[in-house]
Amino acid sequence: MPTFVRTDKCDGCKGQDKTACMYICPHDLMKLDMDGSETGHAMKAFNQEPDQCWECYSCIKICPQNAIEARPYADIVPLGASVQPLRGTDSIMWTIKFRNGTLKRFKFPIRTTPEGSIDPYGNKPEADIAKIGDSTFFNHNEQNGFRAGDPSELICK
Amino acid sequence: MAEFGNPDVVEEEVDILIIGGGMAACGTAYEIGPWIEAAKKEGVDISVKLVDKAAMDRSGAVAQGLSAINTYIGPEQDPADYTRMVSNDLMGITRDDLAYDLGRSVDESVHLFEEWGLPIWKKDENGERFDGAKGMTSLKDGGTPVRSGKWQIMINGESYKWIVAEAAKKALGVDNIQERIFIVKLVNDKKDKNRIAGAVGFSTRDDKVVVYKFKACLLVAGGCVNIFRPRSVGEGQGRAWYPVWNAGSTYSMAAEAGAELTLMENRFVPTRFKDGYGPVGAWFLLFKSQATNGVGEVYMVRNKEMLDDYPPYGHAAVPASCLRNHLMLKEMKEGRGPIWMDTVTALANLRETLSPREVKHLEAEAWEDFLDMCIGQCGIWAGENIEPEKKNSELMPTEPYLLGSHSGCCGIWVSGPDDVGAPTEEALGEGIPEHLPSGWNWGYRSMTTVQGLFTAGDGVGASGHKFSSGSHAEGRMCAKSMVKFVMDNKDWVPELDTSVDELVEEIYRPVRNFLEHKDYTTAIDVNPNYITPRMLQFRLQKIMDEYVAGVATYYTTNEHMLDLAEQKLEMLKEDSLKMRAKDLHELLRAWENYHRILTAEAHMKHIQFREESRYPGFYYRMDKNFVDEENWKCFVNSVYDKETKKWTCFKRAHKDLVDKSKLFK
Repeated sequence: MPTFVRTDKCDGCKGQDKTACMYICPHDLMKLDMDGSETGHAMKAFNQEPDQCWECYSCIKICPQNAIEARPYADIVPLGASVQPLRGTDSIMWTIKFRNGTLKRFKFPIRTTPEGSIDPYGNKPEADIAKIGDSTFFNHNEQNGFRAGDPSELICK
Repeated sequence: MAEFGNPDVVEEEVDILIIGGGMAACGTAYEIGPWIEAAKKEGVDISVKLVDKAAMDRSGAVAQGLSAINTYIGPEQDPADYTRMVSNDLMGITRDDLAYDLGRSVDESVHLFEEWGLPIWKKDENGERFDGAKGMTSLKDGGTPVRSGKWQIMINGESYKWIVAEAAKKALGVDNIQERIFIVKLVNDKKDKNRIAGAVGFSTRDDKVVVYKFKACLLVAGGCVNIFRPRSVGEGQGRAWYPVWNAGSTYSMAAEAGAELTLMENRFVPTRFKDGYGPVGAWFLLFKSQATNGVGEVYMVRNKEMLDDYPPYGHAAVPASCLRNHLMLKEMKEGRGPIWMDTVTALANLRETLSPREVKHLEAEAWEDFLDMCIGQCGIWAGENIEPEKKNSELMPTEPYLLGSHSGCCGIWVSGPDDVGAPTEEALGEGIPEHLPSGWNWGYRSMTTVQGLFTAGDGVGASGHKFSSGSHAEGRMCAKSMVKFVMDNKDWVPELDTSVDELVEEIYRPVRNFLEHKDYTTAIDVNPNYITPRMLQFRLQKIMDEYVAGVATYYTTNEHMLDLAEQKLEMLKEDSLKMRAKDLHELLRAWENYHRILTAEAHMKHIQFREESRYPGFYYRMDKNFVDEENWKCFVNSVYDKETKKWTCFKRAHKDLVDKSKLFK
């Protein structure tokens, strides 16, 4: 389901040298056609290697103009379907259109804290250098997640 | 002024370099901060840098999100139980020390994810399921997760990586992170060839080569995808099961640096929803669906006696993954396909006991399972008008994948924990090169056999079933041991064994090939002086598919076919020097494919060396089509000599550190 960019919506992220989709694509697929020499559409982004697209939807979810969509891979899937998200800060909404016209909509939570609010070491203990050789983390059991195990299980110890 | 073909060269020295930005790298980035602070108090200042070829918010195997955390031990299970499961699923040959160590620590990371904002599904006291944003009791405080299997818990995981990356970036500081830097080569130390001193790579955005010198380095660049011809060869070939950007960089760079690899013969051939490769775990384990042959017979029942051929691994409550494939492949080979996932019956059964509200929730759960981690599968369902309650879906075993964190165990041989009874010495068997360490804990936790080189996640071999949470936890282990290593080596000064000019020349060779020869022909892609990375990849995939047990031969091979593969791969490796790069994007592809070739070669050599078929259902050596417990219940390890370009394979003894017979009682 390679992604494609709609000419009527993409604004090339307003002339910055790097678009949001270029920033995010894990496989370096999105490219800004500065002068239109590659696509005929200057200052718009495009997927430069559609058959390497993992369909992770990272570009679709991040695009500030909602200009990117996905078309199921032409070599496998019958035409006419679409799966389109709208990702907010705490949830994502999906619209799924079937080939036969059936529509489904789903909304799922994506995080329970405000974006950017993580305080990585807040209320956490400092590391104790005397324990740097131990098999425990700096905040040992502060998260209540260390599973000490039954020592008798270790038959060679 | 830098231009294409004439890059700027940026040299930088740090104490620790992290190569990669996935779950393992994020674990290291998080854990390392407090230890650096602690080291500072001891008078040692430590600098760290992380480089990622993508953007951390969406890099690595969790980029798209996940619908489950597959390794969560929980307070009710013992790390030893987990260790037994890992061992049996991987046909008895894993490092119990590594699995056990991970098992006791992994939940520490899972609980952090929830604190940071990852929604984790919960069950109330009546057993009803709720999504992770309902404010129910956290796991840390005793909340009950929704299990989809003994070890897995369900999440609303669309933003899993985004959340974990936010914590990692804040912990490490964005000034210490550089994205869109692709490291392609490690550099050994001038005075000690068994030590690592640097790494080189390039920017995929600017004409810039980067040369790092360091005391220690974490190499966590994922597993290996697309060395075999994929089942989809058109536009769908990017829809690999594992992320298509995992190019074997971890294994190949470590091998070239001299690190000992282990179990590179192991592969994973997941059975997944056909063409989209949507996950099956929740369908089997949460929705209790069954897989059948074309006439509706459950092949795990029909072919049950085939499990008796592989004692004891076929006799556990959950037989090894490869054996489940083995039973399915019989149906396919004997013409009783297609293989169905019977979603219709499963959902009908569930509806019988659920309220209308719960039924609606169930439908959403079924779709979310794909939308969180494999959106492409929804595209197939929508395109083929498949609603799972009305129409069943096909299953298919995929092309082979190489990885160490999911249900596979190839990777690098690392030093394990010293407090679980692992062997500290072993009689050096025939063929183990003398410079390699003895025993399972020769030094710093998670260090490879090369001084200063550490790895985690997909990089660590002989364990497996770590998944996202375990990779994060394993990254955290590396943070501590790298800080310790740097403190112990604070006065050591790294010196590269190769000049910077030579390194730049080598890295930019594909660009030079292009610029030098591009005007020889009128068609940019057809030129006798160079090969495009794309065509080179096709050649690799054809060789691996047809000779090294890909889908073309139903995962079968033999010594004669492997001989041919060996010859063809050698020529391919020679020709890799003639790859072209017409832009920085293609330079990225050129180096990814170089890494793929070396990884593929390791895979082939190990299969050749192991004279049995240890993983039936994943691959068969038809000339040795049996499991030979007497001679081959051992690790097959190897080292690569970057000068002679030759592999040396050898055996290392296996040992159980927990009692495996408990699995079969």
